[in-house]
Amino acid sequence: MSNVIGLYQPGRSPLHRLPAGWKFLALLVFAVLIVVFDRLWQLGVGAAVLCVGFAVARLRPGVVLRTMRTVLVLLAVVFALQWWLLGALSAAVVCLRLLVAIGAANLFTLTTRVDDLVAAIERAASPLRRFGVRPETLGLLVGLTVQAVGALSVIARQTREAQRARDAGRSVAAFTVPFLIRTLRHADELGEALAARGVGDEDGSDAARLSEELRR
Amino acid sequence: MSDSTPQRSATRHRQPAADLARIVVFAAFIAVLGTFPGIYLAGAAAPIVLQNLGPLLSGSLLGPRRGTASVVLFLTLVALGLPLLSGGRGGIAPFFGPSAGFLFGWILSALVVGLIVFLSRKPTLPVLLVANLAGIAVDYLVGLPVMAAVIGDFRAAGIAMLRYVPGDLAKVVVVSLVAAAVHRAFPNSTPRKASTAR
Repeated sequence: MSNVIGLYQPGRSPLHRLPAGWKFLALLVFAVLIVVFDRLWQLGVGAAVLCVGFAVARLRPGVVLRTMRTVLVLLAVVFALQWWLLGALSAAVVCLRLLVAIGAANLFTLTTRVDDLVAAIERAASPLRRFGVRPETLGLLVGLTVQAVGALSVIARQTREAQRARDAGRSVAAFTVPFLIRTLRHADELGEALAARGVGDEDGSDAARLSEELRR
Repeated sequence: MSDSTPQRSATRHRQPAADLARIVVFAAFIAVLGTFPGIYLAGAAAPIVLQNLGPLLSGSLLGPRRGTASVVLFLTLVALGLPLLSGGRGGIAPFFGPSAGFLFGWILSALVVGLIVFLSRKPTLPVLLVANLAGIAVDYLVGLPVMAAVIGDFRAAGIAMLRYVPGDLAKVVVVSLVAAAVHRAFPNSTPRKASTAR
């Protein structure tokens, strides 16, 4: 699935090279610590560690800021409300904690390739095989869904053009109904294509092959 | 020979590939809804984002099992690092933030909407209105306490979310109208308890 790019920012830093599974564990530990700490100086140390992480990963500040933009707006609202309701100190603690936790999660996402994460999850979930779970279908599902997003984007554009051509107004319903009908039709076509390739059959060998094809 | 026929039709009935395709395509549908910019409607304090129509429509059109699965798949893709949430957000961070509960609430939302539509005889407009209202309510039921826990104050969470309520109520009506129209145009999209036996 090298076609799945996502939010990943290519790089060669130690954080980029750290295996996805271990990185995720580190993120969880860090997040738990951030939730447990409730002194401002403790959270300050957490923020400093996070800043070192960003520096080590050599991410462009513009990229980092872009991922934090919506969160910053929300935090501003939360900070104002908290200050008004509970006072400045507790507002600062709550907002710094959120900022650091969300920043750490973003650092993880920006330095971890989707492929690697999928592979790590498939590996971690392999003990579930004895309960009838097939972890390798995750890669297949991700690949199929990413392709479907592309197909539906085209369908959405065509629907909008058709709507404009017959001057059908700009209401949400006038767009969504035809879009959904074409979406369901696309799903039926995909279902037939998958059935023809044996996806959903008991052995699932063709599913594995299709997954391989999607990866390329 | 003839013994194997009923068994065969039984496995046909499940149609795993068709189910999988619907789940995948609706997960993608929710993603595509996120690419539309927010609309400012008169009187609404927050931009109306279309993406949370997705779980409601998935439940309304696919039923409880496949609708819920499509929402779970969509959220999985987001968590894996794909920028599919409205505004191009993605990764694990949205699941750590104050509105994380509203994302997890989508799963329950699709389930509840799907169950109500599934258990009803016919997906009429009143049924869809009730189902989608319940779906939105469930999302708030999960989302608000989580937000309150994250920012440490229930009043602040309530005040922060109040501005979304008018838009979400409008969405219930739009989704129900849309789903009713799609059900008319595409009658057998949802497996139904009573009418499949017909």
